[in-house]
Amino acid sequence: MDKVNFRSGDIIVWLLLLSAPYWLPLMGGYVELGSEVVVFALAAMALNFLLGYTGVLSFGHAAYFGLGAYGTAMTMKYLVESTPLAILIGTAVGAVAAAIIGPLIVRLRGVYFAMCTIAFGQVFYFIAFQWRDVTGGDDGLSAWHRMPLNFGFAELDILNSNKAFYYLALAFFALAVGSMAFLLRSPFGRTLLAIRENERRARFLGIPVDRHIWLSWVISCTMVSLAGSLYALLNDFVDPRALRWDQSGTFVIMTVLGGMRSFWGPLVGAAIFIVLRDYISSHTENWQSFVGLIFVLVVLFFPRGVLGIIRRRATS
Amino acid sequence: MSQLLFFNVFNGLIIGAFYALMALGLSLILNLSGVINFAHGGFLAIGAYIAYMLIPYVGFWGALVAAPILTAGIGLIVERVLIRRLYGRDPLYSLLLTFGLAFIIEDGTRFIWGAQGLQYQIPSWLQSPLSSQMFFLTGYRVFMVGMVALIVGALFFILNYTRLGLRIRAGTLDLETVSVLGVNVRILRNLNFGLGIYMAGLAGVLAAGMLGLQPNIGDSLIMPSFIAIIVGGLGSLPGTLIGGLLIGVASGITTVYLPAASEAVMYVMMAAVLMVRPRGLFGEEGRF
Repeated sequence: MDKVNFRSGDIIVWLLLLSAPYWLPLMGGYVELGSEVVVFALAAMALNFLLGYTGVLSFGHAAYFGLGAYGTAMTMKYLVESTPLAILIGTAVGAVAAAIIGPLIVRLRGVYFAMCTIAFGQVFYFIAFQWRDVTGGDDGLSAWHRMPLNFGFAELDILNSNKAFYYLALAFFALAVGSMAFLLRSPFGRTLLAIRENERRARFLGIPVDRHIWLSWVISCTMVSLAGSLYALLNDFVDPRALRWDQSGTFVIMTVLGGMRSFWGPLVGAAIFIVLRDYISSHTENWQSFVGLIFVLVVLFFPRGVLGIIRRRATS
Repeated sequence: MSQLLFFNVFNGLIIGAFYALMALGLSLILNLSGVINFAHGGFLAIGAYIAYMLIPYVGFWGALVAAPILTAGIGLIVERVLIRRLYGRDPLYSLLLTFGLAFIIEDGTRFIWGAQGLQYQIPSWLQSPLSSQMFFLTGYRVFMVGMVALIVGALFFILNYTRLGLRIRAGTLDLETVSVLGVNVRILRNLNFGLGIYMAGLAGVLAAGMLGLQPNIGDSLIMPSFIAIIVGGLGSLPGTLIGGLLIGVASGITTVYLPAASEAVMYVMMAAVLMVRPRGLFGEEGRF
């Protein structure tokens, strides 16, 4: 019974995502808003791979998001004007950075892990901020734009068609989310759950816990840099705020708001958060206070997230 | 060259003292309550702005005494109303809450006092250099270092020789036993939080005298404070103090030889420490 429910939920989510460019404008939204939701949902779901399914608290994911974004933007601007190559390089940059930083922090747990991820995350912020000649510093990296995709037999004009870009982002989203779902159902994913539930027991069973956490960390960061890469392409622009600590907090709040113990939770959280922020920032200059207020209210009143509450209602 | 080096070492020491002051407050709260107070930089700004408002009435010295106490009062209320609810829950939630608080405080101060920088008057005799040879050694800088030393000394005195300090130290090791022995842990955590915020407020008053006031004045200090705690070792207050001074001086020295890397050197130190000693220089195995 449970399984059937789960499947029908999946189908509904995919149908909504696939048709979004057609129903969003009817509801007062716009296609870019949909693209933004998809990009941030990917980032939040990638974070949840680590947070919700491995039980490790990272507050520094913006660094890898930003590395993906900068990697993509710099490839487009300085190397080759090829969208697929830029996405590939951007994602690889984030993955490599995560793989290198991983061994330094995987031995740490809880608050200590969170603090170190925040601190390491800031390194890249400072580099982006201070290395003006290459990264454009505070002004960001502009004067480049995404290129249409050429498949040889057909061309997808993601540059001029918002819908085309939305579907490109959705395709990458599907690829990443599908592989994360696959991984979570594999023995590797089950091991991660075991570590989350009881690390000591997992260790006694002979599971190399640190190595599993490292792998989970790298996978999660790679997916986040893919999201960052798409984010840069979406805006045709990137600036250091993409990798600042408040961005990391945003990913976490999206995840918690939607529900970190459910697979689609972060998607729901990202959608709510982005629509809300879009609405608030168009109505008041002090939107930052309201975003802060969202943080506080979610923590105090919705710690299980939207899907967590729905699920509890359904079972009781 | 040697004068330049001396200048930057001294400058690093001042900045390091600030990092240490911030980090000690953070560390106190983290050790006893397991809360990473991301809003610490925000409380620093509150302290500075309260001083800015008080100075026309009570002068610099009055503000130096009153502003941190008022900031601590706000801290006590925040702990009582918001943070207390999150004890014993996943650290994720307290982090998110203080994250939100940091946003609200920064935006709130910008709303009330404006985004542009403000200045306040410090006593003129503190502004003049001590000698013409060492022009950079203004009285205010020396005074700041002295002030930080005094407060840190007072903190360690409280922790080591008063009943409150004894309870805080005991609670850091085993809060449950302290509670069983009849200490009101709620009040203890409340006071401890206030103590931490007091130090943030004081850092704010001192920093604003040198850097001027801005809503995001705490931003540049909070990350180094984290690094100071990580380098010094979680759970160890002397470690935090040394960590703060260490990264301050290191970044001061780096300024002489490679100015662009003055910020990066702190992160390199953190990476190096984590590689050799994952618990930090003075951290103990087993906690956190």
